[in-house]
Amino acid sequence: MSERASGPSTRSVADVFARCRAEGRGALVGYLPAGYPTVDGAVELLTAMSEGGCDLLEVGVPYSDPVMDGPTIQAAADTALRNGFRLRDVFGTIERVSAAGGNCLVMTYFNPVLRYGVDRFAADLAAAGGLGLITPDLIPDEADDWFAASDKYGLSRTFLVSPSSTDERIASTTAASSGFVYATSIMGVTGARDSVNAAAGEIVGRTRPHTSLPIGVGLGVRSGDQAAEIAGFADGVIVGSAFVSAAEQGGPDAVRALARELAAGVARAGLPQPA
Amino acid sequence: MSSSTSVRASSQVTASQGIETPSGHEPDERGHFGRFGGRWVPEALVAALDELETAYEKARHDPEFLAELDRLHRDYTGRPSPLTDVPKLSQHAGGARILLKREDLNHTGSHKINNVLGQALLTKRMGKKRVIAETGAGQHGVATATACALLDLECVVYMGEVDTRRQALNVARMRLLGATVIPVKTGSRTLKDAINEALRDWVTNVDSTHYLLGTVAGPHPFPQMVRDFHRVIGLEARAQVLERTGRLPTAIAACVGGGSNAIGIFHAFLDDPGVRLVGFEPGGDGVETGRHGATLSEGSPGALHGAFSYLLQDEDGQTAESYSISAGLDYPGVGPEHALLKDLGRAEYQPVTDAEAMDAFALLCRTEGIIPAIESAHAVAGALRLGKELGPDAVILVNLSGRGDKDVDTAAKWFGMIGQDESAEAADGTAIAEGATQQRSGSFADPGSETEGIQA
Repeated sequence: MSERASGPSTRSVADVFARCRAEGRGALVGYLPAGYPTVDGAVELLTAMSEGGCDLLEVGVPYSDPVMDGPTIQAAADTALRNGFRLRDVFGTIERVSAAGGNCLVMTYFNPVLRYGVDRFAADLAAAGGLGLITPDLIPDEADDWFAASDKYGLSRTFLVSPSSTDERIASTTAASSGFVYATSIMGVTGARDSVNAAAGEIVGRTRPHTSLPIGVGLGVRSGDQAAEIAGFADGVIVGSAFVSAAEQGGPDAVRALARELAAGVARAGLPQPA
Repeated sequence: MSSSTSVRASSQVTASQGIETPSGHEPDERGHFGRFGGRWVPEALVAALDELETAYEKARHDPEFLAELDRLHRDYTGRPSPLTDVPKLSQHAGGARILLKREDLNHTGSHKINNVLGQALLTKRMGKKRVIAETGAGQHGVATATACALLDLECVVYMGEVDTRRQALNVARMRLLGATVIPVKTGSRTLKDAINEALRDWVTNVDSTHYLLGTVAGPHPFPQMVRDFHRVIGLEARAQVLERTGRLPTAIAACVGGGSNAIGIFHAFLDDPGVRLVGFEPGGDGVETGRHGATLSEGSPGALHGAFSYLLQDEDGQTAESYSISAGLDYPGVGPEHALLKDLGRAEYQPVTDAEAMDAFALLCRTEGIIPAIESAHAVAGALRLGKELGPDAVILVNLSGRGDKDVDTAAKWFGMIGQDESAEAADGTAIAEGATQQRSGSFADPGSETEGIQA
């Protein structure tokens, strides 16, 4: 049973954030690598995350050299690749999860996209029902081909801002983004952490004046309370490693339960207050 | 000779000239060499790269920095490194005159110190106290550990677990020098994965830490800056060859993993169109087997470790595992300026197999009394190939980038002096001696033979 508000099918990332806002809350964004532990297994897990309350799904592309990821997601990517994940499987995954009601973005290191062809990747992603791309190792400075392709196929471009970003770079990076902006809350790689770093509020506060786009915060969230804390100042709460761990320990039931807990935390916080 | 060959006397060449005087072959302001290079990195690293670029641009025009770099290279590294005629080796190269640029005689045993001292001095200037580095063969790690001991910096070196085994001696050297060596147990457990771990560390600790990258790869400004610190190799060698022979070399041979020693010696000759620049890549078991690290010969363009360049990858853009007997060349990427030189046709790149490299290794040991690093043995093998092609009138300059002390164990196994499961340090010396005596018919005793090594 879907616990999300039912409504017309979502056509864009902006629609998702707008609908959440209309419900008086922020958005919950959940990450899982495609192909983990298998292609079919990931479809089931992502669908369960959506049913549990993830407003957006980041479908990860397993990659051989994930330099922004900690041990949990590295291991999951390894598992997916060992089990035969191929890049083209990401499109089938998105098609199936979208058909089951999920709103899918792709999160990927950029070399697989370069190899596939930026235009061709964008075309196939849009055709599969994907809403956009999050690019953790692509900065706008190198993204000319992606600007052209994302405009052509109507896909959102989420670039990352970091606590180390200068105000000038926050301005240029948010100006280059669409859909939402991804703020990394801490300096470091992905992985669940016990407490929300004070830098999270700071980076959102520094980013807000530069953009009207929703701002999502990621890196380290694993509990409903942490989700509520972040939803107090951010428009989106992004959770990755905790879903991977839950999937490993308890499969679809566990990720659905985690999504429920996190979604409840996000709902409890209401709309974000200015930092 | 013609005016084009007029340069400073070799005794007047200093390391600082490589960074102070622009080479005339600079990347664009965002670090692109043609379509290659740039910054394919997480946003979290951009501020640190900007800081490094600013510090480097300031330092390269600061007389105090330049004087300090020159003083260290003269009194500590031992520059200039000599140029050695190797007439007996030349007999095996169709009579072409081979000259070795002896970077193996630098302190710490390779060219790596050129870059390391420069970056370590920059680290101090940036007020950072902690240095991280990746290493393959251990040469860059040893050089980094050395500079950190000298300049009072904390040093952490990431090294693939496979490489910690095959280069155990260098692991011990790094620890003696006070560095922390972290064996990397992810992925293929070699240099590529060591770089991944170093990048993860850097993203986490970037405020306090400088990533002392050891080759001309990575995001801007590394390919340009590391190259400039190594330009001294070619600047010295060009003057030395002119003084010694009265002419420019016909060709230059250098091994290419990431490409730092090759770019260092090539660069002084880029504007000498008559000089052939040839990089020799690790051909491993032969490129046809798929077990190799010949990135420029066999790879395709893509982004890895912060730069757009050639790399070894599958059709999904997953990085392929490279293989070479040489840990220092065992890398599926390559510096972006080499990618441009390949596309321009200014430099050419050829694979050299493990067997060819080890034959050349044996030959240089026996004919000239020089034990080269296995990396550099690829360049020696390449010079033998070039000599046969170019004939007795050719002068071939070889960058002998490192010495082979670290490779004794690997070589003793290859030549059957010890078993595959033994280490040279732990083995019975009498058995090695007698084993070597019994193997006299093999390629090591008879380096001119066509056999592919006596372990077969």
